[in-house]
Amino acid sequence: MKVTYPAMGNTGIAIKALLKGLKLEVVPPPPITRNTIALGVKYAPEFACMPLKINVGNFIEALDRGADTIVMAGGWGPCRFGYYAQVEREILRDLGYDFKMVILEAPDFKLSELFSQLRALAENVSFIEAVRAVKFAWHKLRTVEIVERKREYFLPRVKDKEEAEKLYTRCLEALDRANNKEEVDKAWPEYMAELERLERHDEEILKIGLLGEIYTVLEPASNYNIVSHLGRLNVEVTRNIYASSWVNDHLLGGMLLKSDHKHIIKCAYPYLKYWVGGHGQESVGSAVDFARKGYDGVIQIGPLTCMPEIVAQSILHEVKAREGIPCMTLYFDEHAADAGIATRLEAFVDMLKRQKQRERKMVKERII
Amino acid sequence: MICYLGVDIGSVSSNFVLVDQRGKVREKIYLRTQGNPVKAIREGYMKIKEGIEGKIDIRGVGTTGSGRHLASILLGADIVKNEITAHAVAASYLYPDVRTIIEIGGQDSKIIIMENGIVTDFAMNTVCAAGTGSFLDQQAARLNIPIEDFGRKAVASSQPVRIAGRCGVFAESDMIHKQQMGYPVEDILMGLCEALVRNYMNNVAKGKRIAEPVVFQGGVAANIGLRKAFEKFLGCRVIVPEHYNVMGAIGAAILAKEYVEGYGRRSLFKGDDFILTGDFVSQSFTCNGCANLCEVVCIKRDDTPLAYWGDRCLRWESSLGRGSRENLKVV
Repeated sequence: MKVTYPAMGNTGIAIKALLKGLKLEVVPPPPITRNTIALGVKYAPEFACMPLKINVGNFIEALDRGADTIVMAGGWGPCRFGYYAQVEREILRDLGYDFKMVILEAPDFKLSELFSQLRALAENVSFIEAVRAVKFAWHKLRTVEIVERKREYFLPRVKDKEEAEKLYTRCLEALDRANNKEEVDKAWPEYMAELERLERHDEEILKIGLLGEIYTVLEPASNYNIVSHLGRLNVEVTRNIYASSWVNDHLLGGMLLKSDHKHIIKCAYPYLKYWVGGHGQESVGSAVDFARKGYDGVIQIGPLTCMPEIVAQSILHEVKAREGIPCMTLYFDEHAADAGIATRLEAFVDMLKRQKQRERKMVKERII
Repeated sequence: MICYLGVDIGSVSSNFVLVDQRGKVREKIYLRTQGNPVKAIREGYMKIKEGIEGKIDIRGVGTTGSGRHLASILLGADIVKNEITAHAVAASYLYPDVRTIIEIGGQDSKIIIMENGIVTDFAMNTVCAAGTGSFLDQQAARLNIPIEDFGRKAVASSQPVRIAGRCGVFAESDMIHKQQMGYPVEDILMGLCEALVRNYMNNVAKGKRIAEPVVFQGGVAANIGLRKAFEKFLGCRVIVPEHYNVMGAIGAAILAKEYVEGYGRRSLFKGDDFILTGDFVSQSFTCNGCANLCEVVCIKRDDTPLAYWGDRCLRWESSLGRGSRENLKVV
């Protein structure tokens, strides 16, 4: 059995570790390129959202490289994601591919269900080995996120952005290669220490909260690498979604990490009481949370036609007015020219900087 | 004469202005880009110099528009700015109390909300070019009317026809239908203007609070029919500035002036010899560095590469030292 899975940012590093721990042969999806997206656009329904198209492209490329089993997440609720796995299976079957599809449904807060689903995937693995594989994958995921946060902090602050990005990429590659916990713990500190030693500039750093649909937030190929783009404009980005918090909240019922999910929903409550599917309610709540934490602005991102984010977007107008935080929404589709995205990001950052400078000037005048 | 050069290279037009030390516009040039920005930049530079008598001393250069990076390489810009900031700066320079800026250009349209001279919110059209200059150009051609006469003819209408404004394609078929039914041309033209305004209000300006004074700028502001349609829809006066079609360039010039004066810098302006004598060519090639196969553009002057762009990883773009992106300073 040769297993593949959908790419979603750096979560692939952890998923690969998990599947390997279950003694499965893994065929990771090749990096998402223009060709991947072209394949997805060609074979997926035109009106489907971007993540489905990228998934289809990923699967075709992995199946062509010899994979015969696809592991895909399931879902439920108003968001179209709930149908992804089934629709993708049918598209690939119609194309003549022969494969097995394993759909991991999010258990309703019962961990044992998740384990039994994993056991079904890996028949010749003992329960203890399965637990060990999950634990190792979890450790890798948490480590990857330490590195991601460091990059989000240092990239805007250093002078040599290219060097910073290089160190970040190399660090992730080292983490991907690590085979056990000791290797993981040894792999990253060196790179990050080097990142911290890079020369800093003394220009102003803005803080922007990035929120929206989970796939678009996590997968740089689907958001034009917005974290890097903003980092080069000296903006520190904080995402509202990190993969580990999603696993913790939705798969494990908040048992591993201290979760702020309840707090976010509470923040959303004055604006949106109802769970509208996907991360619509979380997007509203996080915008409020970022505003109260003193962030300079919020950028909402999602795939074009994303229903939960459209609902959130229309409510963000109200959040903007009442909490006094500038918000901008960007939808991503398959178009290749990133000039339009760059213009909007630059204009937004420019606006925040000028507002901040004016505020500072006003404070100074008041003191005098 | 000491002056500052502002350049706005858009998809449809390339605009140049010279602003003097007091911030007054001394000369402006409005050209069609015609798909060749390099040529447009040289031609525009030559023309604007001819337009002024006596010697001029360019102390600063600012560029904006979708071709801003290209222009900055050819001319040596001190500041490279996005269109939103440039337009906002120009409008608030001329009308310090402006609250709403409607800008409609060749390929895009935007709304900018201002408070006390600072941008507080903005939006640009996303995936649809309905309601922009190119669309109007096309429809004028279909009705066999020169685009310059469009507005004048439209305001002669006494009873505009209703045309669906939700989608540019449907607006067009609706318009053809009305034409076949035999409605007078001016009523159709005014109907088109009103449809475009509804389209703009629903797509670009949705959810934004529009306060007076409202300034309408960009090439399309030449169309008096559209201005009247905005006034009717908004129920307030809409101001069209004297230099409505070169506002982006004015903004860029003012930003360059503020930057050079404020920091006491010497301009990076390359001068006549560099701009007018060399041979500029742009070449493109596919980078085989990874599976992305980016189409990289290289701008060369007599075989010396000046800049690269188009690569996602910025390997080429950053290969010549100072990247164009580093120029995005706020003044």
